[in-house]
Amino acid sequence: MLQRIRERLSPTDIIMWMIGGALLAMIVWGSAATLVKGVYSVNHWLDFIVFGLAQGSIYALIAMGYTMVYGVLRMINFAHSEVFMSGPYTAYYFAAYLYRSGLLETHPVFSLIVVFLVSMATSTLIAFLLERIAYRPLRTAPRLVPLITAIGASFFLQYMFRGFFGSGFQAYPVIKALEGQWMVGPLRVLKFQAMVIVAAALLMVALYQFVQRTRIGKALRSVSEDKDASALMGIDVDKMISVTFIIGGAAAGAAGVLYAIMFKQVHFFMGFIPGIKAFTAAVLGGIGNIPGAMLGGVFLGLVESVGPSLFLDGLGIVAPYQLKDAIAFTMLVLVLIFRPTGILGERLAVKKA
Amino acid sequence: MNPAQTQKLPGIQMGLIGGVCLVILALIGIVEAFNERHIVAEVISMGHTLLLLTAAFVAYLTAARSRHLGFGRALGHVLLAGLIMSAMLALLVLVGQAVNLRQVFINASPGLYQILIFHQESLAAGIALLLVAGLLTGFLAWLLHLAPQRLRRVLITALLSIVVVGLLQDLLQPILGVWAPLATMSGWLFEVSGLSLPGAIGLAVLVAAVTALWSRQSTAVRARIQSLAPERQRNLKWAAILIGLAVLLVLPSVLGIFLSEVLTIIGLYVLLGLGLNIVVGFAGLLDLGYVAFFAIGSYTVAILTSPEIGAYQLNFWQALPVAVVLGTLAGALLGIPVLKMRGDYLAITTLGFGEIIRILVLSDVLRPWLGGAQGIARIPKASILGFEFSGPQEIYYLLIAGCFLVGFVSWRLRDSRLGRAWMAMREDEDVAQAMGINLVSTKLLAFATGAGFSALSGAIFATKLGSVYPHSFNVMISINILCLIIVGGMGSMPGVIVGAVALVGLPELLREFAEYRLLVYGAALVAMMLLRPEGLWPEAMRKRELHDNDIGAGEPDAPRG
Repeated sequence: MLQRIRERLSPTDIIMWMIGGALLAMIVWGSAATLVKGVYSVNHWLDFIVFGLAQGSIYALIAMGYTMVYGVLRMINFAHSEVFMSGPYTAYYFAAYLYRSGLLETHPVFSLIVVFLVSMATSTLIAFLLERIAYRPLRTAPRLVPLITAIGASFFLQYMFRGFFGSGFQAYPVIKALEGQWMVGPLRVLKFQAMVIVAAALLMVALYQFVQRTRIGKALRSVSEDKDASALMGIDVDKMISVTFIIGGAAAGAAGVLYAIMFKQVHFFMGFIPGIKAFTAAVLGGIGNIPGAMLGGVFLGLVESVGPSLFLDGLGIVAPYQLKDAIAFTMLVLVLIFRPTGILGERLAVKKA
Repeated sequence: MNPAQTQKLPGIQMGLIGGVCLVILALIGIVEAFNERHIVAEVISMGHTLLLLTAAFVAYLTAARSRHLGFGRALGHVLLAGLIMSAMLALLVLVGQAVNLRQVFINASPGLYQILIFHQESLAAGIALLLVAGLLTGFLAWLLHLAPQRLRRVLITALLSIVVVGLLQDLLQPILGVWAPLATMSGWLFEVSGLSLPGAIGLAVLVAAVTALWSRQSTAVRARIQSLAPERQRNLKWAAILIGLAVLLVLPSVLGIFLSEVLTIIGLYVLLGLGLNIVVGFAGLLDLGYVAFFAIGSYTVAILTSPEIGAYQLNFWQALPVAVVLGTLAGALLGIPVLKMRGDYLAITTLGFGEIIRILVLSDVLRPWLGGAQGIARIPKASILGFEFSGPQEIYYLLIAGCFLVGFVSWRLRDSRLGRAWMAMREDEDVAQAMGINLVSTKLLAFATGAGFSALSGAIFATKLGSVYPHSFNVMISINILCLIIVGGMGSMPGVIVGAVALVGLPELLREFAEYRLLVYGAALVAMMLLRPEGLWPEAMRKRELHDNDIGAGEPDAPRG
């Protein structure tokens, strides 16, 4: 018995399990220490959780784009973070105009709809063009080639927007209607957080229904299952790939506005970190899997918001909040190492990564 | 498959695409920023040249795509494309005059409109001129497309040589000034800003003559060298190498401090590029966290030598091996978790590693040891036998030595058993494993070697700058290095140098260019992958591989070497 275990374990496996074990022990110990010390009250934790949910639902929306593109093309759309950035950055100018003209205060719903539509339209356009110009000609190229193109396109887009709109931070106008808070029992929910969570949830449900119920959605799923067979069944594969990018772009554009409402600023580099985190979320949920991406996003948002205080405070680490990005990246690395198929598992069992 | 054949109206389509490109170029501010530099004095500025070259390129593509329509209609399409492109710029000017675009597009300034209408007093005259320029560009591109191939190549080379010499005037003037006869030539060639008109024409004629001569004679010259005795050939090769070495050694004293500084930056990136070339180019492992090892090398040297930390206070030469060993170990250690990953997953995981290390260094947790956001300063300079590597002119030699060492090692490694194992793994991991290659050790060795080289350049970087900050080690560095490898040609060592000169050296020389550096990098990566995936100076095997389909497509059963 012991002999067989020893045969199956390579030294690298052992090292990896040791790393994993050490991290797990650290997490458990840190959490226990934090809870015993009792620095944070129950209300603190609830605040963290609500914030985490709001942030996580934004990640989930962005993660849709990653996961759907991966599903059809088997590539990571590195430039998706710029698709996410382009929408709210462009919509900022409309929001600022609406704010100056007073419409934002008198007709907040109408104004928000305008801002959302502009943002989604821009992101969609960018995603569509990206696929046409940068990815379509390279569909049969070796794997590394479209990946490098995606990295290039990502930087090109970032600096194009910087050239257009400048390199400073732009403060998103404050929406009066979303200021303040509601109390739901002991739970304190800031209004804009509630709006972010509800809007993201609605969008995700709509998207999921679209993919599951409509003819186009069916065609999309079929293309991600098998491109050649779909083509034989009379599905226009090129068109469906475009549709994938369009849907992902629209979701990213909406997520972008929610992000801007939550953090109240836009910047040409704002896509990078949320982009990587949304990718982490997609991987967490099992890349290629749409409900998985939603779940992964919310989970990551929660861990990121609760994690620094819970895991690290107890270890006596100063300013644990500075390490929240490190927690997200560590999770990404750990998931990729220990369970590359994600929480819900990939739809296809074939080894692709 | 090819969209070129399906275009019904190439003139309109290409014109619109080109027009959008030109408007984007104008709005991101690159045209105005480049306008300060004159290519030919009083005749054309860099900003205009950029627009002109873009328009000419699009018009040329239109000509190529509308060739099947016949002579006259092709001309019509090309002219139409030119007209549409200039009309879109004119539209931008008109809209800009009516509405203040500047609230949104920060670069839509009156200065930009002035440039676009050629600084004409009246708007109407300027726009007319702009439209005529568009038509003319289209016509010239059409003529160029009609010209026989050899003539076309000569013309393009001559025109580009004017652009290149005009661009590099600040570099060329001091170099030419060193020797009196050359200095008089330089005085004739250049004005205060830009080439003089007769100088430009003379240069173009000269370059055209040389290219024409070379295109006729190159095979003959090559054949003569081939026909020499092997002994003589080897002597010739050594002579060339020695001359090259001598030039390399005297360069900093000829070029002065500023250009030596540029050279050291190029050298640093060559060193980094050679290291990443092993990981990405040889072994095919896309590593985006490469900057982490650069940081490890820098911080090791900083901690061990700087009196600010004060724990060790070694000198540079004692700290250097420690840095390299630590970097190598870190490379192997970080390689273990990613052993089973391929392609995209590997890229994003290594990116995560790089970011984790940067965030850790930046955080307050490790501040007592790593200095937090303030970094570590007062790193002593390296010195050897009383010769101190203080300024860029001295550090240059340190970098040259490093480049030679790393270049030699990777050159020897490439054809070794290990190097061949790397390449086999790059081609197909499963097959490589089936052929008896131990993937674990091969991969780890690739990561470790690359990381060691990176740590070496990090160590030199630390002593060059005298201080290290976490902000010097962001993901951009990894991307820059990746770019230069890819632009130069993956897996090719001369390609690394070509890539570093083109992507790192040029932006340093053209200061106004620096702001658009990453924009150009991004565009270069995409364009490179679309048009010339093997790079500027490709490795022979890679080139064959990427163009295998072009050749082998017609004969699927042809045996492949």
